[in-house]
Amino acid sequence: MNLSRTWAIAKKEFFHIYRDPRSLGLVILMPALLMLLFGYAVTLDVKKVSMAVLDRDRSQGSLNFIQRFSASPYFNLRYSVQSEKEIKRLIDQGEVKMGLVLPWDFSKTIKAEKIVPIQVLIDGADANTANIILGYAQAIARQYTQEKTILKVSRMGVTNLNLPVDVRPRVWFNEDLESKNYFVPGLVAVIISIIGVLLTGQVIVREWEKGTMELLISTPVRKGELMIGKLFPYFFLGLLDLSLAVLMGKWVFQVPLRGSIALLFALSCIYIFVALALGLTISIFARTQLLANQMAMVIGFLPTFLLSGFTFVIANMPIWLQIITYGVAPRYYVTILKDVFLKGVGFSFLWRETLVLIVIAAAGLAVAVKSFKKELR
Amino acid sequence: MLVTAFRIYRVSSIKYQASRLHILLRQMMTAFVVEVKDLVKKFDSFVAVDHIHFQVERGEIFGFLGPNGAGKSTTIRMLCGLLLPTSGKGKVAGFDIMMEPEKIKQAIGYMSQRFSLYDDLTVIENLHFFGGIYGLSGSLQKEKEKEVLEMIGLQELQDRITRTLDVGSKQRLALGCAILHEPSILFLDEPTSGVDPISRRSFWSLIQQMGEKGVTTFVTTHYMDEAEYCGRLALIYQGRVIALGTPSELKQETLSQGVLEVDCDPLMHALDLLQKERWVSESAVFGDGLHVIGKEGVDLEWEVKALFQKHEILLKRMGWIRASLEDVFVSLIEKEGKQ
Repeated sequence: MNLSRTWAIAKKEFFHIYRDPRSLGLVILMPALLMLLFGYAVTLDVKKVSMAVLDRDRSQGSLNFIQRFSASPYFNLRYSVQSEKEIKRLIDQGEVKMGLVLPWDFSKTIKAEKIVPIQVLIDGADANTANIILGYAQAIARQYTQEKTILKVSRMGVTNLNLPVDVRPRVWFNEDLESKNYFVPGLVAVIISIIGVLLTGQVIVREWEKGTMELLISTPVRKGELMIGKLFPYFFLGLLDLSLAVLMGKWVFQVPLRGSIALLFALSCIYIFVALALGLTISIFARTQLLANQMAMVIGFLPTFLLSGFTFVIANMPIWLQIITYGVAPRYYVTILKDVFLKGVGFSFLWRETLVLIVIAAAGLAVAVKSFKKELR
Repeated sequence: MLVTAFRIYRVSSIKYQASRLHILLRQMMTAFVVEVKDLVKKFDSFVAVDHIHFQVERGEIFGFLGPNGAGKSTTIRMLCGLLLPTSGKGKVAGFDIMMEPEKIKQAIGYMSQRFSLYDDLTVIENLHFFGGIYGLSGSLQKEKEKEVLEMIGLQELQDRITRTLDVGSKQRLALGCAILHEPSILFLDEPTSGVDPISRRSFWSLIQQMGEKGVTTFVTTHYMDEAEYCGRLALIYQGRVIALGTPSELKQETLSQGVLEVDCDPLMHALDLLQKERWVSESAVFGDGLHVIGKEGVDLEWEVKALFQKHEILLKRMGWIRASLEDVFVSLIEKEGKQ
């Protein structure tokens, strides 16, 4: 390995990046855009569910029940309607996610100490959200029932009624249960995957397409020197994006970074190599830049997005898909990111993931160097 | 040769110089810098290069002349270690083209047919890159860059982005990048295609300068006038070398009796008539006249006069001229086609 040759290649790649405003724009803007999108726009939190109410009773009792919804931060009472038809229309139009129907004898039945059925209509198109809404509605109804029961029992003369179980939940790691705390750490993996695989996916195939490779392979440059030299600048771009993402996460979105920053960067460097090696391999096999781009999206980006545990919890996947995720490098990196960011764990908890990433990076580079031929094709 | 070796040994950058010395020593042991025997290259069933055989001496400008698709580029690529031959033997700079292609690469400079420098880099950045790739560094590299820039006449343009250069300057820069590391052999694949005549001439004077320094040049071309600059020529057609020699030898051997230039009216009618005659081996329009080549032992002047008289064609002027390489080339290919 000749360092001056490697350095010559690296310098040349720096010039390419520096003179190509598009790739520079991609490096700076794409991470910022993704961060803003996932930090602000994409949220799994269900709040202010818009709802319509059909109150057939119009009594003090029914009003009191409805108020419990409208006073809750989780619901937003937008329409008071006169018929079930209207509720159907509003749900169809997407105006409301939930409709509540109280029967004409709501108060009367309660007073008569009988069970009163109320109807809750939920837009189930988004199953996850529907489930959460259902949970909220049930909780409100349950509390209402509980209060009514206690009232009734105390009227009967029992003064100190104790309910046997009192749940006092305490959520760890993401105390406020905020989506951004869940998304931002994983997003770092997505950003590095995109930048690493997409940009390095071009480095070899571009030289073939432009015809410069013919001259390059007529020189005594070695394959290893060519690969390392080409990856060098992109490694720095990866570090740049990593810093950008961490800074934005910490200062713009106030995501807690509880673990050591040094550990985060050290382990991230390994993952940058994984992404670069994958991009390089794609670049060697792809015959056109367009194909390389598409391969980078399918092989590099999609698994990071779908199978790494970034958005979808791996434990909830069918077993065969869970097995596949073990072969997906970002899975290990997302685990590292979430653990360091939110749990603040040390290396002693993460050495397995680290080891797997090192093996994948080394194997990827070996495959890249092996499959590159210094011969015209 | 020994003087060069010594001079090179003196200067800095030990590792680089050691590799240069190794190459020089290897070359001193062989008589020919390029030696090819029964070289074959097949692409599937298509035979691109068909058992070719030739040698190139040190310091020679060796031309590879042939139409497009004749196998010129394929041959040059095999010699540069870019393509593995299907069979046959070959040595370049004393290294085997089958076994040691990577060693060949340090000893040669190559200019591919398609412009293949980095067009988003400046002139000096391109030179610097190729210098670095060939293991140059430090003050030696600076010195060489300056020398080469001067030689190719691009000092003023050294900070220009390569994309913005004219074709002639681009080609000179490509040559500059190929000679920076003082290769002993230069392989130039159609170096002047698409270049205007004046730039072409200055390009060839650079190649001749290199030749005076003892650099061997192996050049492919399909420009006949350029072929005249070559010390020796191989005519390649359909993957085979059909003639080899100095330009004057080729003219002498194939068209010893010369070419009859005929000025007449009507031109195309005369051409039709001539092409039907048995005693004409070849006839073609050149400028506003005809070039006629006769078969062996034919009194061409007499025959033409008789033919024109018979068909009432006005003979304005007639005279013998020396055959050009183009005449030689066309007649050789016609002969080849008939076989």
